[in-house]
Amino acid sequence: MSICRKYAAIALSLAGLLGTAPAFAKTTLETVKERGRMICGASQGTPGFGAPDGNGYWRGLDIETCRAVAIAVLGDKDAVDFVPLSGQQRIPALQTGEIDMLPRTLTWTLQRDTNGINFTQPNYYEYTGFMMPKALGITKVEDMAGASVCVQTGSTTEVVVNDVSTQNDLDLKPVIFDNTSAARQAFFSGRCDALITDAGALASVRASMADKPDDYVIFPATPYIDALTPAVRQGDDQWMDIVRWSVQALIAAENFGITQANIDEMMKSEDPRIRRFLGTDPGNGKALGLTDDFAYRIVKALGNYGELFDRNVGKDSPLKLERGYNALYRNGGLMLPLAFQ
Amino acid sequence: MPTEKTTFTSLHTGGSMTQVPERQSRLSGFVKTLFGDRLSIALTLISVLIIYAFVPVIDWALIRAHWTVASPAECQSGGACWAFIGAKLRLILFGLYPPEEQWRAVIVIVLIMALVLLTLSPRFWGARLLLVWAAGIAVMLVLMGGGVMGLPPVPTSKWGGLPVTLLLAVLSLGLAFPFSVVLALGRRSAQPVTRGLSVLVIELVRGLPLVGLLFVAAILMPLFLPPDWNIDKLGRTLAALTIFAAAYLAEVIRGGLQGLPYGQTEAAQALGIPYWRTIWHIVLPQAIQKVIPPLTNTAIVMVKNTSLVLIVGVFDMLSAARSAATDPMWPAPSAEAYLFVAMIYFVICYGIAAYSRHIETDLTARSHS
Amino acid sequence: MLRELWYSDRLRNGVFQAVLLGGLIWLLFWIGGNTVQNLAERGIRTGYEFLQRPARFPISETVLRYSPSDSFFWAYVVGLANTLWLSFLTILFATIGGLALALARLSGHPLLSRLAGIYVTVFRNVPLIVQLLFFYGVATSLFPPVRQALNPLPGLYLSLRGVYAPGLVMGPGSGTVIAVAVLLALVLLIVLRHWAAGQGRLRRWLWGFAIFLPALVLVWLLAGRPIALEAPQLHGLNFRGGLYLSPEFSAIIIGLTLYTTAFTGEIIRGGIEAVGKGQWEGGRALGVSERHIMFRIILPQALRVIVPPMTSQYLSTVKNTTLAVAVGYPELGLVVNTVINQTGQALESILIMLGVFLTISLSVSALMNYFNARIALVER
Repeated sequence: MSICRKYAAIALSLAGLLGTAPAFAKTTLETVKERGRMICGASQGTPGFGAPDGNGYWRGLDIETCRAVAIAVLGDKDAVDFVPLSGQQRIPALQTGEIDMLPRTLTWTLQRDTNGINFTQPNYYEYTGFMMPKALGITKVEDMAGASVCVQTGSTTEVVVNDVSTQNDLDLKPVIFDNTSAARQAFFSGRCDALITDAGALASVRASMADKPDDYVIFPATPYIDALTPAVRQGDDQWMDIVRWSVQALIAAENFGITQANIDEMMKSEDPRIRRFLGTDPGNGKALGLTDDFAYRIVKALGNYGELFDRNVGKDSPLKLERGYNALYRNGGLMLPLAFQ
Repeated sequence: MPTEKTTFTSLHTGGSMTQVPERQSRLSGFVKTLFGDRLSIALTLISVLIIYAFVPVIDWALIRAHWTVASPAECQSGGACWAFIGAKLRLILFGLYPPEEQWRAVIVIVLIMALVLLTLSPRFWGARLLLVWAAGIAVMLVLMGGGVMGLPPVPTSKWGGLPVTLLLAVLSLGLAFPFSVVLALGRRSAQPVTRGLSVLVIELVRGLPLVGLLFVAAILMPLFLPPDWNIDKLGRTLAALTIFAAAYLAEVIRGGLQGLPYGQTEAAQALGIPYWRTIWHIVLPQAIQKVIPPLTNTAIVMVKNTSLVLIVGVFDMLSAARSAATDPMWPAPSAEAYLFVAMIYFVICYGIAAYSRHIETDLTARSHS
Repeated sequence: MLRELWYSDRLRNGVFQAVLLGGLIWLLFWIGGNTVQNLAERGIRTGYEFLQRPARFPISETVLRYSPSDSFFWAYVVGLANTLWLSFLTILFATIGGLALALARLSGHPLLSRLAGIYVTVFRNVPLIVQLLFFYGVATSLFPPVRQALNPLPGLYLSLRGVYAPGLVMGPGSGTVIAVAVLLALVLLIVLRHWAAGQGRLRRWLWGFAIFLPALVLVWLLAGRPIALEAPQLHGLNFRGGLYLSPEFSAIIIGLTLYTTAFTGEIIRGGIEAVGKGQWEGGRALGVSERHIMFRIILPQALRVIVPPMTSQYLSTVKNTTLAVAVGYPELGLVVNTVINQTGQALESILIMLGVFLTISLSVSALMNYFNARIALVER
């Protein structure tokens, strides 16, 4: 018996030693570079924002945001793998390092920001909206009494449904789905009277899933707008900076009037801000741990934010969304470029 | 059990059926069985009603069904839209696996099927079969993953459909088997610590729903491991399925061990054969042979259980079918999609069950002659 | 020499067990250390204080009263109540259905027993989750939209929003009426049993109802008609009033019951078949009717064989309710899912879920072991 105890004591102390030995964690930048690929969380298919096309090639505004980061880090817009995630999987996936970055799909909230996630740079401002069939004749929240609402779990919209319902005494009946596409299909089959999500995604759903898009009306659920923001895992400031400034590069390029077409022309610019931005005057890239021409490469491969917006969700896309809040600050929007210096 | 059957026949038909004289024509005997007395008539009526209830189903599934359509809109009215399955066959069977590489997935499916059939027939049982399996699985993983011998690499995030379903089932069972043997032996061990730990593990896992284990694997496991251990979701799901299978297999094997006369081990001990050799050469072969039917049963349960990975977002056959069914181009074909998937599962599960039963009766017939 | 060998064996056992225990403790420490380190490094919030905060998310249908201003803790309780309610109904239906299925399979009736056999084969060989998704797909696509709801019986509406049926509305004074009804029924049962013993059984029942029903109506009228039947009415966007069965609940209850019945049916059949043939023959020789043999002699004995596998089947049913996540019925698993989304505290939420299921499993096992020991005792 005493032998047993002795061995147990040895085993215990050994366990204590090994168990608490700190493992040195690599930074995300090192991991991504070593892997040669970036892993990006995607939605389960919101055409215009993020969905694979007929050949399985991912396209959309969110997707191109990830591609911008991949260009900055790895120099290749196709060095990204996209992992489709449902609402409830995306945050744990980010926290646990399964994905390196989560593009636009997340609303910047205090609770999320303080719990394992860092937000980088809002790249889409939007209100939460309801979509309903026009035939019901309802165009504002106050008239929705008794309506059943298809909700996707794992989003801020669950709370919005509750807030709207109690504020206006509407007795809304939520029907909750763990799967984005299931919620949408349920709405179109008539399981619910309304579908709730951010208005941009609603427009996407209407354009891609409705037989006759004109038969549906979208209206705001709350008077407030939200900032949809690419997010990274907490605890790696360098990686947060890289994502933030890669997204910023898209916005700043539009502000400078730099497009995919004229960028080589702009390289000759004498404006010191533009020169620093494009890396002709060095320093910016190195500070991030990247090459100095990272912004040049991003815009050269993808274009600026305006171009991304127009071809994915804006005037050159089936969604035909207005720039609205997402226009540059100069045009009355909220997109504010920061100083690249 | 024909004798018991007649007993119960007489329960409801008042003994009339068992006493059908042999001279009577088969037809009148048949009529008598169905309409011999009040109870038989009632039961016949119930049966006919049940069958009648399936008329609209058959009408929907076969008669008014669309087998080929020029455009998805044709499926708006009428019966089942089987044309949808035709259009989405590749997506359901192979998921997002690159189309030009899908021949690799087909080979994997065929290989697994062949190995399963091989394993079910006792002629091939033995240590060599284990080697064949190990080699087979290595080939499958190489085929699916690629990256060598000129095969373009396919990341696991693009694996999907039937190969994932089958691989998860086969790998989880294969990996679980050694664990389950250890757990079963441990549970029967005389050492209190060993026994206690085995009981703890087995009862803990069996007390939890598989969905819970999958949640742990998908969401919590990265927290439990050092940050630089990057196991992808497919691997973590496999780990959960393996632990689950091990606990259930252990109980089955324990049943086999319990049925073994203790003299076997004693004799081996007396002959001075070391413990592990006794287990490997004497105890296990006999114990396992005793529990082939419940083992097969557990294997079938695991094949069915792989479908739960849908809940944590692994792209197996069921997930693929679900995502196919939400294509807005087609008018809500979810019933067809799930029926198709159900049929594939049925063919696999029923096939294994029927084949193993056939072999079992074959075996007993031979051992009795 | 012998002594030494024995001693070394003991030593070996001791060392082996110590290593095993040490390994386990090391593993736990290792996992714990990693988790603490990971949580800290990634800035993930920990602790259970979130349980007190208001949940703020809606739960679509509940057995217990719930509003989004209740706490996260209450949300868990509500989810657990849904799980237990679902399990209870499934177990009830599947046990009755299983008995019917077993009798059908053993009936010897060529059509019925074959149909029962096909049923068992089909439902056992298709994964439960596939069946659930299938029934959910059917429930939400077979029926028309709510405005064109099918109305097969007055007050009964079928639409892809589910089934609406007339329900009872209990006004003030309902309690009195129910109490009086129960009392009356008891008195009648006793009175008729003693004073009308000479009458046939059918006649006694007829007499009973002939007195009971008018009396009940009278009491109801005197109390001011407190209990009324309320039919659902299409009002605004949805039906209001009456009983409501959502497609989510319908799909999960139908799917779970049909699946579980295939298993309980086989368990009961196995139990009946395990009872010796001599019991039947003995019963017949004594001139006992077939039905009596079945329900008074065979089934009680079969129970001993049936109880252990039935227990584990009931337990798997409770565990199987977690699949309701796939069709969106808010049982514990789905609530846990939502809480993870809202709080980001996956570790705590999942641990609560595992703890709850483990408690249910172990306590039911303990209970059934006790029960089992008791029926086993009767045997000797």
